[in-house]
Amino acid sequence: MTELFGVPIQALLGQLMLGLVNGSFYAILSLGLAVIFGMLNIVNFAHGALYMVGAFFAWMLLNYAGINYWAALVIAPVGVALMGVLIEKTMLQWLRQLDHLYGLLLTFGLALILEGIFREFYGSSGLPYDLPDVFKGVFDLGFMMLPKYRVWVIIMSFVLCLFTWYVIEKTKLGAYLRAGTENPQLVQAFGINVPLMVTLTYAFGVGLAGLAGVMAAPIYQVSPLMGSNIIIVVFAVVVIGGMGSILGSIVTGLALGLIEGLTKVFFAEASTTVVFVIMAIVLLLRPAGLFGREK
Amino acid sequence: MKRHLKISAIAMAAAALVGLTTPSIAQQGKLSGDSVKIGVLTDMSGVYADYGGPGAVAAAKMAVQDFGGKMFGKPIEVVNADHQNKPDIAKNVTQQWYDRDGVDMTVENLNSAVALTVQGLAKEKNKIAIVTGAATARLTNEDCAPGNGIHYLMDTIALSNVVGKAIVKDGGDSWFFLTADYAFGHSLEKDTGDVVKATGGTVKGAVRHPLATTDFSSFLLQAQSSGAKVIGLANAGGDTVNSIKAAAEFGLTKKQNLAALLMLLTDVHALGLNTAQGLYLTEGWYWDLNDETRKWAARYEAVMKKKPNSNHASVYSSTLHYLKAVQAAGTDDTAAVMKKMQETPINDMFAKNGRIRQDGRMVHDMYLFQVKTPAESKAPWDYYKLKGTIKGEDAFQSLAQSRCAAIKK
Amino acid sequence: MRQTVLYAGLLLALLVAPWVGYPVFLMKALCFALFASAFNLLIGFTGLLSFGHAMFFGFAAYVTGHAAKVWGLTPELAIVCGTLSATLIGVLTGWLAVRRQGIYFAMVTLALAQMIYFLCVQAPFTYAEDGIQSIPRGQLLGMIGLGDDMVMYYFVLAIFVGAFALIYRIVHSPFGQVLKSIRENETRALSLGYQVDRYKLMAFVLSATLAGLAGSTKTLALGLATLTDVGWQMSGEVVLMTLLGGMGTILGPSVGAIIIVAMQNYLADLGSWVTTIMGATFVICVLVFRRGIVGEIAHRFERKA
Repeated sequence: MTELFGVPIQALLGQLMLGLVNGSFYAILSLGLAVIFGMLNIVNFAHGALYMVGAFFAWMLLNYAGINYWAALVIAPVGVALMGVLIEKTMLQWLRQLDHLYGLLLTFGLALILEGIFREFYGSSGLPYDLPDVFKGVFDLGFMMLPKYRVWVIIMSFVLCLFTWYVIEKTKLGAYLRAGTENPQLVQAFGINVPLMVTLTYAFGVGLAGLAGVMAAPIYQVSPLMGSNIIIVVFAVVVIGGMGSILGSIVTGLALGLIEGLTKVFFAEASTTVVFVIMAIVLLLRPAGLFGREK
Repeated sequence: MKRHLKISAIAMAAAALVGLTTPSIAQQGKLSGDSVKIGVLTDMSGVYADYGGPGAVAAAKMAVQDFGGKMFGKPIEVVNADHQNKPDIAKNVTQQWYDRDGVDMTVENLNSAVALTVQGLAKEKNKIAIVTGAATARLTNEDCAPGNGIHYLMDTIALSNVVGKAIVKDGGDSWFFLTADYAFGHSLEKDTGDVVKATGGTVKGAVRHPLATTDFSSFLLQAQSSGAKVIGLANAGGDTVNSIKAAAEFGLTKKQNLAALLMLLTDVHALGLNTAQGLYLTEGWYWDLNDETRKWAARYEAVMKKKPNSNHASVYSSTLHYLKAVQAAGTDDTAAVMKKMQETPINDMFAKNGRIRQDGRMVHDMYLFQVKTPAESKAPWDYYKLKGTIKGEDAFQSLAQSRCAAIKK
Repeated sequence: MRQTVLYAGLLLALLVAPWVGYPVFLMKALCFALFASAFNLLIGFTGLLSFGHAMFFGFAAYVTGHAAKVWGLTPELAIVCGTLSATLIGVLTGWLAVRRQGIYFAMVTLALAQMIYFLCVQAPFTYAEDGIQSIPRGQLLGMIGLGDDMVMYYFVLAIFVGAFALIYRIVHSPFGQVLKSIRENETRALSLGYQVDRYKLMAFVLSATLAGLAGSTKTLALGLATLTDVGWQMSGEVVLMTLLGGMGTILGPSVGAIIIVAMQNYLADLGSWVTTIMGATFVICVLVFRRGIVGEIAHRFERKA
């Protein structure tokens, strides 16, 4: 077995690949958070819980309605997006004039409600979600085994992030969104329905989270705890990358996933804390985040 | 300003009143001598819910029912609580049970961290704690409580003695452990490691994972790169199931063998025979061993809609044994009942000639099973082939080797 | 004068309480009341929402547990050790956290707390999932045995009253006034020449120390220090206690704490529903009950007057 820095190549590449998969999820989730924060100025603590709900929708579709993974990839995020519309219209919109901390507290409460309900009905140990047959198995590359599904996840995430970035930065709709964040009254005066845009933005943001949930279901098992486990890391990613830019969140998410993977190889004990250590360092050197524009 | 304080004070007093009265509402007010109250403490919704959970409560109730439902004319009560695998919730509940609610005996008590807490409390409050669902050998060694605690089902020493030896003798002589990072996992890793080394094998290393991990991929990669022939899974319940699944996903089993050190019927059911076939495991009981076991299992199945595992059976057996001891002793005083429980052998559908030793260890036969192939299985839950019966004295640690300081040897 | 009479009345109620209720429960309530009051120092009076306060509470709990069980220190020394460890963490994390404001501050504290959580999972002295168990209460000053629940209760009460009095003094001091002005309008305070960052850091460290004191006391009272104490759910709970009771009021957090602890106790057999109920309480408080119980009552009273 060939070695690099005293570590077998197989282990290194394996952990790097796992890191890339984790990083993809970090990227998608922090992207959603950044989009929501950009538009509504709310830190959506419920993001993790809605990611979990997306995974559960996929599981329910399969186990209650026999609907497979491919359809779930479309239906579940739409379901989560609808939940987002409901949340925004009934609760979040009342908080717009208040200190943004209340938005954080409200969404935190929502996250607890969702986690509590799902834990009550489905336990906390995780439910299995089977891979679609086409993804079962591995690519045997000789020096390592590469599960097919994880390659799919990486590709899908890349496409999603590219798509979102393109829409927001390069299209007219995105331009309206960005303008609406800067100066809602002016944009409203131009005849654009800003409240509708806000609602749709939230729905889109959480829909992204739901989609990530569906993709995560076969890998991480569907569990009510999956949201809270990941959301805090995503928060750290967002602090590191800075809330200001979409590209920033994507790059930071991926980079941190990779760094986490590397840490597992060379210094396994630090793998759970490395993201937070990096956050502390970034805070010292560049308080606004690597790509941040302070609001 | 002063008015606010007045109202605040009233509000605080009101809140305090709420706080003061709530515990009293829970208190039943029965004296220990007046009725027998049994508490089933288990994990109702988490990683080990299938292992213990509602099934354990049902089993305890069956025992009470079979005993006749009453002790000296008064109804026997069974209460239960979900500790969510957290020692502090367990401690809270048990303390209140023992202190305020008149609970005389707690049973089940998985997981190992909870078991250690509860046994400690039982010792402190001079009550009885019967542990069935936890496996840490510390319960009868370093943390023993001879007059108050009974370890009924199996422990890590028995598990490693049976499974560890069998696998090393079969050629699996280099091991790497995937360990759940708490008392049980550490116990299992240590005891199995000792057996492996004593039988001539080597332990290449270990990696620890948090309880209730869902994604084992990075841990398994480390196991893979260790090059060990056998990857010992020093975990249980959902963690074992998920590790085996992940191992299959990563093609680990093509070059290395998995050893599930604690595997139960319900885990095999969760995995499915396709994945689990051929695995060696040891259990203290199986529903399909003989007519007696089959009969009891059918009764359990009528209530719970699935076959019982060894944990459920041991809850039933230990609860019934306890009730008989109380009857024989004429009181629910801890010392008298414990004495009777140790004096009387256990002969029921769970064990033949089982006995409870001085250190709290219940010694009974253990069985080596192999999981059937899908073709060999004729019905749901028909999963095991019996490969051997190991006498209690050979499976469990002998009393002479016990590290329990309190017993006279 | 009236004020003194009222506080004296409350004190009397607390002195009599263990004869009526369950001492262990009351001790737990007092520890959490202190924890929430310490937290309130930061959010209610300085306007900083810390979402990671469990790191002070829980880490101090572990240190005290270790000190009492392994080093065999007497209870008061063990508590001092725990509290000082919280101060240390408060200084380190506060120095990092005050670099950001508002939401970012909250997120940074959450992330730092999670880091401490993971460190606790791995550090051998915490025993991870098992926690530190059977922590002895020892003998106060080497003389008074604290094994009896009643004696221990009065010890906890003394600590609570002392710390509460300290908080009261801080809030009503010139230092406290500056904190309030920072909460009202940070820029203005800055323009008035106050070194705002220094004040924020001081408030943070004070809050951390008192939270640590609460955690240390809880450890000896309940005999257990586990991962639950450093988890993010614990951080969320103390926010809820303060929000429910009334942010920015002196007695509010304590009221909120007693209610939440009682609720968790009483509803324990509902299992996961407790989480849902707490979440619902959060949502309701944020939407329609932002002043909290004490705050709302005070507001109504003010309106009538």
